[in-house]
Amino acid sequence: MNFSIIRYILFCVLEFIGVFMSLPCLVAVFYKEKSGFAFLAVMLFALLIGEVGRRFKPKSKVFYAREGFVTVSLSWLMLSVVGALPFLLSGEIPSFTDALYETIAGITTTGNSILLDVEVLSKCIQFWRLFTHWIGGMGVLVLILAVMPLSGSYNMHLMRAESPGPSVGKLVPKIRHTAIILYGIYVAMTAVQVIALLIAGLPLFDSLTMSFSTMGTGGFGIVNTSAASYSAAVQIILLVFMLLCGINFNVFYLFLIKKPKDVLMNSEMRWYLIFILLSSGCFLINILPLFDSLGEAVRHALFQSVSIITTTGLTTTDYMQWPVLAQTVIFLLSICGACAGSTGGGFKVSRVIILFRTVQNELLHVIHPKSVRKVQYDGRNLGGEVTKSVQVYLVIYVMVFLGSALLISVDGFDFATNMSAVAACLNNIGPGLNAVGPTGNFSIFSVFSKYVLMFDMLVGRLELIPLLILLTPRTWKK
Amino acid sequence: MRIIIIGCGNVGMALIEQLSIEDEGHDLTVIDSRAESVQAAAERYDVRGIIGNGASYSIQKEAGIKTANLLIAVTGSDELNLLCCLFARKKRECHTIARVRNPLYIKEVGYIMEELGIAMIINPEYTAAKEMSNLLKFPSALEINTFAKGRAELVRCIVEDDSVLRGLSLKEVSERFRCNVLFCIVERGDEVFIPSGNFVLRAKDEISIMGTNKNMVAFFKKLNLPTARAKSAVLVGGGEIAFYLTKELLSVGTDVKIIEKDRKRCLELSEAFPQAIIINGDGSDRNLLLEAGLENTESFVSLTNKDEENIFMSLYAKSVSRAKLITRIHRIAFDDILEGLELGSLIYPRHITAEYIIRYVRAMHNSLESHIETLHRLNNDKAEALEFYIKSDGPVVGKALKDLKLKPNILIGIISHKDTTLIPGGQDMIQVGDTVVVITTVSGLDEIADILL
Repeated sequence: MNFSIIRYILFCVLEFIGVFMSLPCLVAVFYKEKSGFAFLAVMLFALLIGEVGRRFKPKSKVFYAREGFVTVSLSWLMLSVVGALPFLLSGEIPSFTDALYETIAGITTTGNSILLDVEVLSKCIQFWRLFTHWIGGMGVLVLILAVMPLSGSYNMHLMRAESPGPSVGKLVPKIRHTAIILYGIYVAMTAVQVIALLIAGLPLFDSLTMSFSTMGTGGFGIVNTSAASYSAAVQIILLVFMLLCGINFNVFYLFLIKKPKDVLMNSEMRWYLIFILLSSGCFLINILPLFDSLGEAVRHALFQSVSIITTTGLTTTDYMQWPVLAQTVIFLLSICGACAGSTGGGFKVSRVIILFRTVQNELLHVIHPKSVRKVQYDGRNLGGEVTKSVQVYLVIYVMVFLGSALLISVDGFDFATNMSAVAACLNNIGPGLNAVGPTGNFSIFSVFSKYVLMFDMLVGRLELIPLLILLTPRTWKK
Repeated sequence: MRIIIIGCGNVGMALIEQLSIEDEGHDLTVIDSRAESVQAAAERYDVRGIIGNGASYSIQKEAGIKTANLLIAVTGSDELNLLCCLFARKKRECHTIARVRNPLYIKEVGYIMEELGIAMIINPEYTAAKEMSNLLKFPSALEINTFAKGRAELVRCIVEDDSVLRGLSLKEVSERFRCNVLFCIVERGDEVFIPSGNFVLRAKDEISIMGTNKNMVAFFKKLNLPTARAKSAVLVGGGEIAFYLTKELLSVGTDVKIIEKDRKRCLELSEAFPQAIIINGDGSDRNLLLEAGLENTESFVSLTNKDEENIFMSLYAKSVSRAKLITRIHRIAFDDILEGLELGSLIYPRHITAEYIIRYVRAMHNSLESHIETLHRLNNDKAEALEFYIKSDGPVVGKALKDLKLKPNILIGIISHKDTTLIPGGQDMIQVGDTVVVITTVSGLDEIADILL
């Protein structure tokens, strides 16, 4: 293990966190809030330590997959802890566990708050909560790859460890350019959404923060009612951008370079849209009697369906009032998740497709034992490696899921609450069912359960493997 | 620059490695039909990999042929390489380079290049053979690179334990021997640097000396080192390199013996070269080697396809004879270890190929002022020698060299005027129409003005 390069990159990350902190400082200056000093302190601390640490150049540039995994996991842990400091220092979230939980819920784009009343928070704290969604959505190391000229072959390992999906493809030959393109699209879409929300009548602060929330598919709100209190126009804008952010960003690039045919070839996006249509159709039939007009029912059905599948977790209505069928569909959608390469979490539509086709092949193999057939995806044959890794992913996923559900069940809540709480954290969604539903809150859990759920959120965002590599003793053996 | 490389074999990989250390940072896309090779390349270097047949237009399109500046086809098959280039040529601005090895095609190389619009055809075997025959003409050298159309050369050799150079500083060397040669590069252990006048030579230093051919011969004579070409050669392995090498050697009257395992190939060789002695047998058989006259031959070249065999045969030849050794390394990547063994001159065909292509790539950056005629990567890529042709007036032209502010670690080795080639002093000037050879341990010079601070 090459610790010197890991240390070097971690100091870079720390410096970036310092730079990020300057934004809430500006907000604090604008609104003349005392909590800004907490951000200023953490910012100076991060910049100083980062700059000093970066003076020591790495001894060796050797960098392999495991260094990539370890670097990414450690960066995210550091981001969580340093990001929690302002909450703690400003005294607005006095408990360390709660501050850490809130930050992890932010950067992993989960968005399940442990705060009972978010409206009492100062503006700069609000801003930072929502901004963590934006950072976490695309990933902090991808940003570093885009901005810093880290020459060397190791950047692919970083990108692969941080980006969601079964396989990471480059858009252009240079990883740095790929990262720039991804962040370029991300920033541009955020800007468009902010403008759209401003036009729809939302104040600037709300437009910015809600854009962060939807672009990162996070789900924190700045009011206690999530998205329910907004006008229909605002809700529709949020809906559209959530929908877009659940799509693989490579698709947008292909669209930009005028290869729409390849966009249509993307079976993942097709199935993603089909899932949304099917689930919202199901909701619609189920909930039609609950609403006055068809239009309103359609809007709520679509919003909930998109919000859950993209793992955003904003809600416009309390779906706990809906029939059980709709709630079950919500649970299933939450596990399915968004597209690979998007800012969303979850199991990923592509993995669902690959698993489904693998099962199909196995069945065919039983019927015709001598048949030879490979799993096809997007018109290409998938190697055994990819299908195997998806299967292993499923196994780890189920194990983490059930293990966490077992651990948090000591708190004594009902089965649906526990299962959906783990699903909501592991898939980075936000709200679950029953006690942790849209009107519920995760503050009900004990400190121990909160740590279990924090682990689930980080594991879910980094797609299981990196954090588990960190916990494997062999990684640290010389 | 955007470059597409088709074929991820030995040469392809060497090429990716070399191009990715070029500091301009080219955008590389590699295509190969073997998924493992592509994955290995994409893991190790910052390149985009595409699995598929490079001659398919849709694959080329996916690789971005529309915006590419250069396509290099180095798969194992000549025909496939030519086909790749042919398709790529549909887009006129894209330069193409193909590797072609079959001697049949090589005869028609000019015709092929013109008809198919290919910018460059490289034949690693031929270039390797050419390099070997140069070395045999001057056996004291480990490596010879020629410049200014053969008027100057850079010779790398080792300071032996009994050498008269041992313990002398470079100033003393030039005072004592009074030969117009320039010590350009010294490699000591892992370090490669450009020495100053006070530098004291030690045994086992590898020194690179620049000068005209005549001065070089005179210098080596004063050092009591052999300067005559090798009059006999034993070649083990009768592949393409052996074919080209034999052709070269026979043309200057060297006695050639080839040892080759395959009987059919032996017959082919004997038909092509009636003057050479072709022996059908295994070169790793000691008795056979001795029988072929290993102890008395003036040079021994191991050329089989198995690197391990080549290494052992050369080590054995070193122990029984004083022959000039040349060892061909095809695949093994432990260059630094091999340098430590006494294997004589090492020839890496894949490196030679990469060197030619990089020269072309650098030359594509050509400015109005100068352009790169030749480029040699020296001492395991730690140093470079570049030959610039000065086309028009620029910041370096018409000024005494002592007035030019050069970057550190840069040396002007040779200036070649119309009919004089000289090692320049502080008063000399570079003029339009000159050829200038620059030796440097920093990489990435594209034009002559880059040598200035």
